[in-house]
This record gives sequence, structure tokens and C-alpha cells, in this order.
Amino acid sequence: MDTVRQIRFIWKPIVFLLCLVPAVLVITDLNGITGTLGANPVEAMLDRFGNWAIRFIMIALAVTPLRKLTGWNWLARFRRMLGLFTFFYVLMHFLVWLMLDRGLYFSALDEVLPAVVEDLTERTFITLGFAALLLLTAMAITSTAGMRRRMGRSWQKLHYSAYAVGLLGVWHYWWQVKKGPDDAIYYAAIFAVLMGLRIFWYWQKRQKRLHKKSPA
Amino acid sequence: MLIKRPADILPSEITSKDNYLNRRDFIRAGSIAGGLAMAGPALSAVVPDQRRAKLADIRSSEFSTDETMNSYEDVTSYNNYWEFGAGKFDPAENSGDFDPLPWKITVDGHAEKTGTFDFDEFIKPYDLEERIYRMRCVEAWSMVIPWVGISLADIVKHYKPTSKAKYVAFQALHDPTRMPGQRNTRLLDWPYREGLTIAEATNPLAILAVGVYGEALPNPNGAPIRLVTPWKYGFKGIKGIVRMSFVEKKPHSSWQRAQPSEYGFYANVNPEVDHPRWSQATERRIGGSVFAPRIPTQMFNGYSEQVAHLYDGINLRRNY
Repeated sequence: MDTVRQIRFIWKPIVFLLCLVPAVLVITDLNGITGTLGANPVEAMLDRFGNWAIRFIMIALAVTPLRKLTGWNWLARFRRMLGLFTFFYVLMHFLVWLMLDRGLYFSALDEVLPAVVEDLTERTFITLGFAALLLLTAMAITSTAGMRRRMGRSWQKLHYSAYAVGLLGVWHYWWQVKKGPDDAIYYAAIFAVLMGLRIFWYWQKRQKRLHKKSPA
Repeated sequence: MLIKRPADILPSEITSKDNYLNRRDFIRAGSIAGGLAMAGPALSAVVPDQRRAKLADIRSSEFSTDETMNSYEDVTSYNNYWEFGAGKFDPAENSGDFDPLPWKITVDGHAEKTGTFDFDEFIKPYDLEERIYRMRCVEAWSMVIPWVGISLADIVKHYKPTSKAKYVAFQALHDPTRMPGQRNTRLLDWPYREGLTIAEATNPLAILAVGVYGEALPNPNGAPIRLVTPWKYGFKGIKGIVRMSFVEKKPHSSWQRAQPSEYGFYANVNPEVDHPRWSQATERRIGGSVFAPRIPTQMFNGYSEQVAHLYDGINLRRNY
């Protein structure tokens, strides 16, 4: 089997299942099979999905720098799956908030909606998180090969919003904690390194181009 | 030989069947955990048996609510006690080795009687009372907890504060060797400090708690003695108190110092004044299913009748 097929039929399914593990553990912990979500399961679910969402943002954003640093070009074949899992965990985080915490699942829409709208518009950190979800939704919808072909150059432009999602994710985390940046500072540092590398490479490329143009 | 008259049956002893079963499962889980050294948050929350000492001669109180109490497990496994770490399960997980006794409490400042007392000596002059209170955390969740405590008003009177004493300041234990959370000096400006006006401290609702569920106060809840002011957000309830000072000026309040725009000195429960980052209009009652809706938060956490007069003429929006 060649490398492309090996990735497609062996490694991709394995990575897919691994990426699902955190979500499965939330459900089995909730039911007391693998552990417990503690006294406040709604908060625990929110935290778990939220933490995995920001981890997946970082993992997805790490693919390209890691590929360039190591020369492992096969990493690029996992980029879309990791991006879609980022969308999945952000969406689960949002749905737990909307359906269970705000109670849309069991309360009437007109009871829940005012509080939801107030949160989305007046609590900056929720606005930021929701903006990230909207960007990820647009990226997820356009993530198929067909859409990529049809969109041409604008596809790349849209998918640069992955960087905005990273920024919004860190910011959302930073502002929601009770006091100080807490763990958010680690994600901010990781994000800074991942973006710093990109900026450095971009600058390097530009320098090279400038040198080529100038007649030595 | 002194034979103690059995105290009247306390409301907390008439536990609902669900809670009772929970507790049994919990205790059983604890003994298994001891054997297998498993470290799940709920399992390690078990306070070693020798510390689960029954408290004697507890009176019941008219201030107790008849709302469904949270299970012992909820009360002792889901805590904010940053001295043992900033996570909700950290206090239960990291306080297992903490032995609060011997414990000394210093009373100083503008009072006729001052000094340093052993814990037993400090609490001996007063009656123990069970107070089943709602506890509303500033993070918008709540519990119903059967505290065992002493009227703070009685304690204050005992030390005869002078007319200069306008506030009561509390200070918690500072011992990073025994309290791992304190090794992180970025968390808070240790030691934890809190304060009340004299009027607040002598309100009949205010107690210093020394137990829950008829037993000595577990470590995650602030053993051996902590403040309980049920009309205020939970963070006012300073845990592990080692000093009580009668002071003239408004005392240091740890959360107010840490984030003055978000946490005030009064910290009264108020559904109309939102935290800058979240609404305080509703709360999640711990212990319900994931499908249980949030419940409305009450002004002064439902204790207006007892405390609203303390704040007559005070702008509660500005003095949050």
C-alpha cells in the first residue's frame, strides 16, 4: 500500500477515532461509566467541550508550522479533519450552553431567548466566542473539495479566518475566567508562537523576493 | 459521669431518601477509594473517618430553610477554596492530608477582651446551632447546606468591642507548606482576608460554622472554622479563620482587592446587579439533573426580611 492510501484507510480512521475520545468521555462520565462530571455536570460539560475546542484550534493551527519545521508533508492531509473537529467541539460547547445552561432544550423559546440575546450582545466574551463559531461554521460548510474548487481564490481568503478563530478563542477564554488569565495564558503563548512563525516565514519570503528583484 | 441529654432530632438528620442513598454510596465509594488509591474527584472527596466527628448538642434554628438540602458529597466535593487550588474539585483532592488541629485563633483590635485562643476554647462559650442556609456563589450556582455554627453576634458581644470598632476583619491561615494553592502567589494576595461591618457581623443570620451535616467541618469547606453570611455571595465566607480583628477602617477584602471592578466589599446577593461578565438574575441549583432549569436569584438570596434594613439608603448598584 502506498503512503497516500495508508493515510487514507489506516491513519485517518485512527486519528478520527482518537479525536472523538474526549466527546465520548464526556458522555460516559455524565452517565457514571468512566468517571464523574461532579456536582455541576452542566458546567463540567461546558468546560470539557470548551477546553477541547481551544486545544483543537491550537492543534489545527500547528499543522502547517509543524509540517514546515519537520518536512513531514503528510501532516497536511489531516488538516481538514482537525479543523472540522475544532468546529465540532466549539459547536458542542455552544449547544451545551444554549440547550442545557440557558435551557432552550426544556424551556419555552420566549423564556430563554431574552437571556440568550442579552448574553450574546452584552457579554463581550460570549460575543467573541459566538463570532468564532460563525467563522468556523462558514469554514466547515465550505470545507469540501467541491466547494474549494468552486470558490477559487476566495476559498483561501475565507479559510484564513482560522487565525481569527484562534485569536477569538484565546480572548474568549481569557475573559471568562474568574480572575486573571489562568490557563488562558498558556494558550495565548502557544497561539503567539504559531502566529509568530507564520509571520517570520512570510517576512523571510518577502525578503527573498526583494533580493531576487534587486540587481545584486 | 456526665450523660448528655440527646439533642432533638435535627432537620438534617431527616434526610431525603435520595440523599441518604447517595451518602451511603459515597461512603462506600470512599472506602473502596482508600483501598485502591483511586483519585477520582468525587471519591477522594471523602474526609477520613476519624475526622467525621459527630458534633453534640446541636440546636435547630428558626432561620433554617426547609428546601431540599444538597448531598454531603455535593457540599464537600464542589468548592471554591483557592488555598487548595483554583479548580472546583481541587479542595477535595488536595486537602486530604491537611490536619486542621491544633488551631489557634487570635482576637485583637478595639475590644475589651483580646488574646489568642485554642479552637476548643474559642468555641466553648456558645451553643451550637444547625442553620440550613442557601449558599449563592458569585459564579451563579447555589446549594442548600446544613451548617453547624455559632452566632457571630454572640461571639462579637463576648469580646466587648469598643465604640471605635466599626468593622470586623477576618484573616485566614497562611501556610503554603500545608496549603498548596498558596504556593501560587499569582492566584491571590495571601492570606485570604474578609470583613463585615459591625452591624452585619451582629446580624442574627451571620455565623461562624464549625460543621456540616452534624459533623465537624470538612477540610474542603474551611476546617475547622469559617464564616457564613447567607445573604452575601459565597466568597465573603472566609475559610480557615485564624484572626478576628475589631477595626475602625473598612478592612481588606481579598476578592475586592484582586478585581475591584467585579467584586465589592458588600457582595450582597443581588439579581439586579450583574457581574460585569455574566448575569446574576438566575442561578443553577447544584444537585439537579442536567435538564433542570436555572432558578431565579432572590434579592439578598431570599434573606431580605433579616438583612435589608442594614442597607437602607445605600446605593446597592454602586456599593456592590
